[in-house]
Amino acid sequence: MATEMATKVDGVRPSTPRAIVSAAADESLPGERIETRTVGQVTVADPVMSARGVNVHYGDKHAIKDVSIDIGRNAVIAFIGPSGCGKSTFLRCLNRMNDTIDSARVDGEITLDGQDIYDRRQDVVQLRARVGMVFQKPNPFPKSIYENIAYGPRIHGLVAHRADLDEVVQTSLQKAGLWDEVKDRLEHPGTGLSGGQQQRLCIARAIAVDPEVILMDEPCSALDPIATARIEDLIDELRQNYAIVIVTHNMQQAARVSQRTAYFHLGDLVEVGATDQVFTNPRHKLTEDYITGRFG
Amino acid sequence: MSDAIDARARTSQQKVALGLRRRYRAERRFRAYGLTAVSVGLLFVVFLFASIISKGYTAFEQTFIRLDVDYAADVLDPAGTRDPAALADANYLALVHQALRAKFPGVTERAELHKLYGIVSGAAEGTLRERVLGNPRLVGSHETLWLLADDHIDMLVKGNVDRNLPASDRSVDDQELGWIDALSAAGGVAVRFNLKFFTSGDSREPEQAGVRGAVMGSLLTLLVTMVLSFPIGVAAAVYLEEFAPKNRLTDVIEVNINNLAAVPSIVFGLLGLAMFIEFFGLPRSAPLVGGLVLTLMTLPTIIITSRAALKAVPPSIREAAFGMGASPVQTVTHHVLPLAVPGMLTGAIIGMARALGESAPLLMIGMVAFIADVPKSLTDPATVLPVQVYLWASSPERAFVERTSGAIIVLLAFLLVMNGAAVYLRSRFERRW
Repeated sequence: MATEMATKVDGVRPSTPRAIVSAAADESLPGERIETRTVGQVTVADPVMSARGVNVHYGDKHAIKDVSIDIGRNAVIAFIGPSGCGKSTFLRCLNRMNDTIDSARVDGEITLDGQDIYDRRQDVVQLRARVGMVFQKPNPFPKSIYENIAYGPRIHGLVAHRADLDEVVQTSLQKAGLWDEVKDRLEHPGTGLSGGQQQRLCIARAIAVDPEVILMDEPCSALDPIATARIEDLIDELRQNYAIVIVTHNMQQAARVSQRTAYFHLGDLVEVGATDQVFTNPRHKLTEDYITGRFG
Repeated sequence: MSDAIDARARTSQQKVALGLRRRYRAERRFRAYGLTAVSVGLLFVVFLFASIISKGYTAFEQTFIRLDVDYAADVLDPAGTRDPAALADANYLALVHQALRAKFPGVTERAELHKLYGIVSGAAEGTLRERVLGNPRLVGSHETLWLLADDHIDMLVKGNVDRNLPASDRSVDDQELGWIDALSAAGGVAVRFNLKFFTSGDSREPEQAGVRGAVMGSLLTLLVTMVLSFPIGVAAAVYLEEFAPKNRLTDVIEVNINNLAAVPSIVFGLLGLAMFIEFFGLPRSAPLVGGLVLTLMTLPTIIITSRAALKAVPPSIREAAFGMGASPVQTVTHHVLPLAVPGMLTGAIIGMARALGESAPLLMIGMVAFIADVPKSLTDPATVLPVQVYLWASSPERAFVERTSGAIIVLLAFLLVMNGAAVYLRSRFERRW
């Protein structure tokens, strides 16, 4: 693969490279025009999801500008970047959570196993069963622990009998590393758990419907360091079975859990590549500035 | 340099110390305002309750007079057939009069007799008839009965007539006073619990008037209101809050709902008169129409409170459900509604309580008529508690004063029960998240 040079995705990018000057970069580097064409390795072999030329508008605001990226199987990709750079917005495009926002408009193509998820025939309910999501703030349903896990399989009709459901609940909680802590109190409310346990409950809830991709939107930002470490271990284990996309503000976390890292800046995907390379040898000036802590 | 900073710090501290006293004074003043406001409010409530209860509790008691009744066979059943139809038609009033004459044999003059007959309520006749029809063997026997006193005697016994006034200014003259005192001395006058107040409908005679008709009318009207307004209001709120696109049309609808909540209730009465009675031809004075009118009036309140309850459900719950692949309807029915129900119920009950106390719109649709029968169905003519209060308050008889307050007590008891239910439901269904 052309890892040494900027990857150009055919048929999507305009023929002339689009160059923009970011306000932040402009301030720190007067007179220098910073090009924000994506550099690094955008594509991977056999991607589970791939985005091509995605633009998102919130009303008049151009939140995501022409982003193309592949999500690999059985791997963790981290989205990093300063606040408001659009990484969460882009994440929410991947399971069409932006549909719930009236003013949001998404253009471009995002495919899951080769199928366009924004296709008219694509059912959004089915999509979300295949692309699960874990949110920034743990948000278990105000129901019992059991009901939290059982909800997904139940609405999607994945299980026929109560015994099967019990099994799904148990395996999901085991995969999320929560089983031993809650097996004696499955009927207790999920909201009564600690923050870290709640977040693992949300992860267990997401994997109960056996998705292909799990999207995590800053899953540890509301947790203490110990709970964060547990979630990070969990993410590493889950990689065996799922593709994981994680948005994080914590660069150490991105370096620890991910295999690939994508750096977003003011709606542009600036650089994407192997995590080691992005952190040790960033190719783009903006990436370097952010990683070395010069801004952001 | 450091001296200068020290000096500045000192003066800053002094300034703070100076300002501090002013701040604490302002705080104390502010608390005093609050306390005064609360005390004034409490004072008014206490005054209201004290006034109503002190005037109204006597409505739950009634004066009775003991008389020896002779069920004379020649009056009741001159033919001797014991035919129920004949017994029902017999002249029971004559028996009451006879009993009174027997009590006061000295009264012979026509006008005085008429006055004597007046100390017992007209209901006494019916009491005797009921007893005889229930047990025809009473004919020809004697019985000592406590018969309902007339309202002016009731007022005298309850101490509402000033004996020191000149006789011409009293509703009870000296002769009547003498009779009652004589009866009283012999233990022939008693004040007992007024069951009739709860079991009978309205009457022109205060001692026979009760709130049963108004209570039933209120219950039937509220039943219609609740059955219609809660489902319609909740459905409208859920659609507007969860499904409707946010555009100019929904904005207009929202503004209009808020405006409707502020429309004077009598306007809804006129609307009901024009629409339900004139156009659809529904009967006048019926709880059905009353309920429909109150539904129109309550709907905006229920929609607004239900929308507030839905808005209070944290968006993270919706996101969680959407993220799991729940459809919008599943999200609402499985997650949002259960969390919003306590708030919706509270809103609905507050709306109902308002509807219970409403009289103006019901005046327009004829529920202000004098109706002596207790309504049995949604289309029977009826009145409601607040209208009953209004009707009695505008009646001239002295005895209606206490009945007005008595009806208000019943109305307040209703409201207390409903608000208690709201508090109970709220704590029962409330879930934390």
